[in-house]
Amino acid sequence: MNPFSSGTRLRDMIRAIRSCKTAAEERAVVRKECAAIRAAISENDQDYRHRNLAKLMFIHMLGYPTHFGQMECLKLIASSGFPEKRIGYLALMLLLDERQEVLMLVTNSLKQDLNHSNQYIIGLALCALGNICSAEMARDLAPEVERLLQFRDPNIRKKAALCSIRIIKKVPDLAENFINPAASLLREKHHGVLITGVQLCTDLCKVSSEALEYFREKCTEGLVKTLKDMANSPYAPEYDVAGITDPFLHIRLLKLLRILGQGDAEASDCMNDILAQVATKIESNKNAGNAILYECVGTIMSIEDNSGLRVLAINILGRFLSNRDNNIRYVALNMLMKAMTVDAQAVQRHRATILECVKDSDASIRKKALDLVYLLVNESNVKPLTKELIEYLEASDQEFKEVLTAKICSLVEKFSPEKIWYIDQMLKVLSEAGSFVKDEVWHALIVVISNASDLHGYSVRALYRAFQTSTEQESLVRVAVWCIGEYGDMLVNNVGMLDIEEPITVTESDAVDAVEVVMKRHTSDLTTKAMALIVLLKLSSRFPSCSARIKDIILQNKRSFVLELQQRSIEFNCILQKHQNIRAALVERMPVLDEATFSGRRSGSLPTSVSTSTGTARNIPNGIAKPAAAPVADLLDLSSDDAPAPSSSGGDFLQDLLGVDLSPASAPSSTSQPPKGGTDVLLDLLSIGTSPPAQTNSSASDILSSIQDNSASLSNLNGLASLSPLSANGSSPASPALVMDLLDGFGPSPQKNEENGPAYPSLVAYESSSLRMSFNFSKQPGNPQTTLIQATFTNLSPNVYNDFLFQAAVPKFLQLHLDPASSNTLPANGSISQSMKVTNSQHGKKSLVMRIRIAYKINEKDVLEEGQVNNFPRDL
Amino acid sequence: MGIRFILMVNKQGQTRLAQYYEWLTLEERRALEGEIVRKCLARNEQQCSFVEHRNYKIVYRRYASLFFLVGVDNDENELAILEFIHLLVETMDRHFGNVCELDIMFHLEKAHFMLDEMVMNGSVVETSKANILSPIQLMEKAS
Repeated sequence: MNPFSSGTRLRDMIRAIRSCKTAAEERAVVRKECAAIRAAISENDQDYRHRNLAKLMFIHMLGYPTHFGQMECLKLIASSGFPEKRIGYLALMLLLDERQEVLMLVTNSLKQDLNHSNQYIIGLALCALGNICSAEMARDLAPEVERLLQFRDPNIRKKAALCSIRIIKKVPDLAENFINPAASLLREKHHGVLITGVQLCTDLCKVSSEALEYFREKCTEGLVKTLKDMANSPYAPEYDVAGITDPFLHIRLLKLLRILGQGDAEASDCMNDILAQVATKIESNKNAGNAILYECVGTIMSIEDNSGLRVLAINILGRFLSNRDNNIRYVALNMLMKAMTVDAQAVQRHRATILECVKDSDASIRKKALDLVYLLVNESNVKPLTKELIEYLEASDQEFKEVLTAKICSLVEKFSPEKIWYIDQMLKVLSEAGSFVKDEVWHALIVVISNASDLHGYSVRALYRAFQTSTEQESLVRVAVWCIGEYGDMLVNNVGMLDIEEPITVTESDAVDAVEVVMKRHTSDLTTKAMALIVLLKLSSRFPSCSARIKDIILQNKRSFVLELQQRSIEFNCILQKHQNIRAALVERMPVLDEATFSGRRSGSLPTSVSTSTGTARNIPNGIAKPAAAPVADLLDLSSDDAPAPSSSGGDFLQDLLGVDLSPASAPSSTSQPPKGGTDVLLDLLSIGTSPPAQTNSSASDILSSIQDNSASLSNLNGLASLSPLSANGSSPASPALVMDLLDGFGPSPQKNEENGPAYPSLVAYESSSLRMSFNFSKQPGNPQTTLIQATFTNLSPNVYNDFLFQAAVPKFLQLHLDPASSNTLPANGSISQSMKVTNSQHGKKSLVMRIRIAYKINEKDVLEEGQVNNFPRDL
Repeated sequence: MGIRFILMVNKQGQTRLAQYYEWLTLEERRALEGEIVRKCLARNEQQCSFVEHRNYKIVYRRYASLFFLVGVDNDENELAILEFIHLLVETMDRHFGNVCELDIMFHLEKAHFMLDEMVMNGSVVETSKANILSPIQLMEKAS
């Protein structure tokens, strides 16, 4: 028989394909077969149709296009014999998908088959429908499927249940119709129907919340009972796997219970017993048992709190972790990540084991363990953990190095307690895996170094040393070169030595040597060389003795093929030769880069979002202070709320130049205060200029507010970041006056040296029937923009006011700082005072305005008064 | 959706059976199969049976010369899927008697029928071998 006629049996064709030695031969065979099949189709050959279709399916599996056979499926489905229908439906499921329009033509056949007398045919139709139906088909045939959910034969019922799942997914509106039948399915005895019924209910709950409620109320006890019966049932040979009856059904039931119990205390209570029973009784030496335990732990973690169960669950996870089977360990790591949200302490106990897993030989386990370690890190354990991770970095393989480096960098950045530690760690990472470090990471390092002024000497020396040893890490080279350029004089003169350092002697020519090496290396790329050129220019200004040598080096690039290098070299040469006088000014030390905006730009959102999720203010003396202030949802400005940061922000250069002064009251624990007053034309009330409540000041917040006093007054900059004296020594209260003067030198408005300490009339800013507030003004000499206001609150009523709180809000061009009130209890007919400082950047152009809000309690009743002060003297 | 696809691949990387429960074009399928198979074949015995690929997980196990790969969603219980693979193999074993790769190749449609009885639309339908095999045995008797 000709092997390529359409009469070929499937197996002969397979043999022919298998005997092909090359891909081209195989393609030829397949092409011939397809041609024969196409011929048979056009001849409308009845006899071999199912055979052809079987061949087509095989060809499709190999990956060849087979769309010409789609109509054949339809014809086969329409025929009356069971084998033909079988193959037709199978081919339908394999060769077509829900997007094809041909599928619509099948709807009618499906409908007829769903009503067929032969239950196997009904089963076929349900199977096909369940696998590929589209939304329209689902809508058309949903009533049929609903009816079949109550069919007498359990096999049909179970298939109808799964079919309903697909219908609900495609057409969620129809979900309500299926709720009742689904609930009745849950009471079945047949395992097949039960498992599909449970899945149907699970999906119903996901799709419709009223279904969830319904099942929660009606079915939870029933489910618990079913699970109990199954757990206690005797040996059933049909469904037994490794000694456990139908583990699949166990797992599905546990999943459904998880969904029902999540968020609902009552349902969770019902489940506690059975969960405990399952968790303790199931044997865990077989995979089936472990699968059930895993699911059980997942359920315990998700339902409402029950500490006894939780302890049990974490113990099981601990056992999994020490199991030798990799699969079990992987699964345990996965579940521990979810357990972190629930009970972080317990997970911390297993830290050592998890660290071991990071070094495992299996890639999947390593990855999961690393993710988990990343979640585990908090302030207390960051140092040892990072040390471990960096040690492992040296040993890890290439593809893992990248992920590991990224994680270490973000860890170090988020949690570093001190700058010096941060710089150290970053140096180690750069030396090891500099090529994997992303650009923004080493940019951030440079920003941090520039902010830590007392560490400049240390950093440049450390970088120089590291540079000597590992020159092939590009990022390290760049950072080192930049630092040498900026702080070369510190390097040479050993300025700012810290105790832990060993002295090294670096001469000026050594430093120039180092940079020259960078220039000459052929592995340095364009960015590095360009940076090196600039560094040479800086050095020529700082090290006049090497100036000639530097000129030579720069000149060597005059004819470089790369435009950037050539341009730089010529321009710098020009500066060196002709413009010696401005050279020094040109390459002065850079102003400190603004950390907060930089990190804000990096995270692409408000700088406050950079702070840790706990939202605490960590204002460690020379560390990176994370802003704790509430995000001010101002109508007008964006990112001014990191004013408290010592490395003063000024917000983005374009906007918020004169950011609103924030001195958040209870700073260490403040979470975001709800911004109110959206209708307030000027500003948000609550988070601006609140005076710290007098009673709650712990010493920490005292330091905090005093530091903020200093820095707040510093935030009056026009986009220029503050000079370095500010950053590291944030805690010297004596400096504000000095700094204010420095800043005024940069202030935009010309110094108006008028009116030193003029006498401004005091004014009654606010008066109501129960309270009067009057302001007394004074100005510091030589400082016309800042006004000191002494506010006096007088109680006009015979009641005592308790918990007196004064809050004020000012528009953007003003800055306000409130000192604590003299007391927050206002006696009857008495007065208290509070001083505040207002800085007007538009001094002379706009006068002060202020919105005020006063809150106090009379006999435990809250009273709130609001008002606006417009009658400030014009020239304040 | 649970299970996204089920593949049976031999050690040379040729697909012997492919059942997808979500739509992918032909090119995507071939690319996907190629990538996953490369990853799984490269792993050795000691490593765990779960591989993460894009946004889903692959659970695999090797039986003689055939790899069984099941692609599942991220929230699925992996150990249960391992059990399921074992159940599948046992069912085929019972039907074909000492099933091997060639059996599946030459009786591809029967393998598909069996799979359809066990999994529908990405969810497990039936786990009892008798129930799965009864319609298939009936059909064989009839034809």
